[in-house]
Amino acid sequence: MSKTLFDKVWDAHVIKKIENGPQVLFIDRHLVHEVTSPVAFLGLKNRGIKVRFPERTFATADHNTPTRNQHLPVADPLSANQLKMLEQNAAEHGIPYWGLGHEKNGIVHVIGPENGITVPGATIVCGDSHTSTHGAFGAIAFGIGTSEVEMVLATQCILQPKPKRMRINVHGKLNPGVTPKDVALYIISRLTTSGATGYFVEYAGEVFREMSMEGRMTVCNLSIEMGARGGMMSPDEKTFEYIKGREHTPKGEAWDTAMEYWDTLKTDDDAIFDKEVSFNGEDIEPMITYGTNPGMGVGITMGIPTADAVEGGAATYAKSLAYMDFQEGESMIGKPIDFVFLGSCTNGRIEDFRAFTGIVKGRKKADHVTAWLVPGSHKVEAAIREEGLLDILIEAGFELREPGCSACLAMNDDKIPAGKYAVSTSNRNFEGRQGPGARTLLASPLVAAAAAVTGKVTDPRELLELATA
Amino acid sequence: MAYDKFDVLTSSAVPLPIENVDTDQIIPARFLKATEREGFGDNLFRDWRYHPDNSPKEHFVLNNPIYSGKILIGGKNFGSGSSREHAAWAVYDYGFRCVVSSFFADIFRNNCLNVGVLPVQVSAAFLQQIFEAIEKDPKAEIKIDLPEQSITILATGAKETFDINPYKKDNMLNGFDDIDFLLNLEDDITAFNAQNPL
Ligand code: SF4
Repeated sequence: MSKTLFDKVWDAHVIKKIENGPQVLFIDRHLVHEVTSPVAFLGLKNRGIKVRFPERTFATADHNTPTRNQHLPVADPLSANQLKMLEQNAAEHGIPYWGLGHEKNGIVHVIGPENGITVPGATIVCGDSHTSTHGAFGAIAFGIGTSEVEMVLATQCILQPKPKRMRINVHGKLNPGVTPKDVALYIISRLTTSGATGYFVEYAGEVFREMSMEGRMTVCNLSIEMGARGGMMSPDEKTFEYIKGREHTPKGEAWDTAMEYWDTLKTDDDAIFDKEVSFNGEDIEPMITYGTNPGMGVGITMGIPTADAVEGGAATYAKSLAYMDFQEGESMIGKPIDFVFLGSCTNGRIEDFRAFTGIVKGRKKADHVTAWLVPGSHKVEAAIREEGLLDILIEAGFELREPGCSACLAMNDDKIPAGKYAVSTSNRNFEGRQGPGARTLLASPLVAAAAAVTGKVTDPRELLELATA
Repeated sequence: MAYDKFDVLTSSAVPLPIENVDTDQIIPARFLKATEREGFGDNLFRDWRYHPDNSPKEHFVLNNPIYSGKILIGGKNFGSGSSREHAAWAVYDYGFRCVVSSFFADIFRNNCLNVGVLPVQVSAAFLQQIFEAIEKDPKAEIKIDLPEQSITILATGAKETFDINPYKKDNMLNGFDDIDFLLNLEDDITAFNAQNPL
């Protein structure tokens, strides 16, 4: 029978099918961080058992860590305690722990691929909803809750009903100034935040094939924002080249064995999806959100849509605009902004810093803008220095922080103050996500850079033209 | 965590003929901060059971000594509202092994099945018969037969069958939660891992 990419990876991991119940899925890699793990480890203790496969488990500190002075003791007692507990739990169970300051430390979904933990055809879980990022490599990756973290620690398995299959095709080519983030925000704006609920998405078409691995990660990362369980892409030469030689990827004979499996990871020609949608790359322009869910995005030159054109009904729409203090039909271009956040597992990789730097080069940060540039990991930070990007950023009036989730969820000190506008490259613009009362405009690193130097929402293509002229 | 196996349970029951009992009533949100699973039984129906000064509210059924038993009989749509697993813990920790209603909220039903409380869904008419039997005799016994999937009012002999997912039924009979179930697949897991190329 013909199978989709998703079916092939899923079926290869089923240990047992329970009649009228969920399936037992083996998990190849489990990523653990300080916030969703303490209660799960406590559960193991109460059961008197150990982590079943510590060598398949990897721990990092990222969610509530400070992005300044990481060499000093962590000031916030709650976060200091969570870090201490993770360190102890990791030591007790023999799990590699890349804590603050460790050269491999960083955001869980950035360090997974960087260190070769993420490989094609694997099943990967983590107690964070944006685990879907790893789907860029042809892995089935999804976020889990704390009781499931305990389940995977204890048994390396998870009980899951099999999701339905959906394919999203984006054909053609992208216009200059249009990035993977824009592609994802465009899809979510079309499908709404519940458009893929109950599905596992496969992304296909020329636009994704042309994308770098970093870009594919950005797209898969945002799958969850359209309601999908996860999103993935077929591995290809780019994928294998990216992972080859990384610390945890198979080597030698093991690589060849894995490759035999990886070569099969394509959707069969006549495989059937439960749902399929197609878009054209040429139709996409740089995107920005105006409301309080990631589905409320528009092309940057288009105005805020009218209530009748938006999902969720007039009440949600009105509440959302009131929170943002925007009016129906207004233009987004020219809106003054206060903060810029470049970072997160959505857009905190080297390519994102290159894009940002490309625009701010030779310009100056607008005086009234506070900019938080937070690399996704120490490796990203090192690359920023090595490639000379840091000098350009400093020259333009920016500074670089230390890695972590930072203002993506604002669990640490990096909170956008109430009422302030932030152009953010992260993934959620919910009320209060970036700090109580904070107003988030989600966008690409290019749009963030254009906002940082002009102090207002600006079409980055205008600055790109200047740069190439 | 493993719990006592459930096979056949014969017990008197506590009637709570209220519809749409939500999880905020079962256990108020302020008790969710605990990281250990302890003391939830004391807080079951906390605000119905106790005044703010912690003195018991006499008229609430759990404070009425003529009612007792391991079975709770609730009104329609029991366990609606927030998905908190603590609600099921509270019911179990208090000492109930079975909740009977004519309709359960989905998530609450699943949470119950995972912690050792058997949700038994009966027809509205049968639920009425149970309430009537208890009204006549507060010590009226109900028999829950899980292997046979039946519920009987012993005083009248009235009997109905109920549905349960076969996987969950098996777990209940063994006293397993989902993790116990998986821990028992140890051989399969080890075998799978041995041939896993990744
Ligand atoms: S950056 Fe944000 S979405 Fe990504 S792992 Fe951290 S908190 Fe989660």
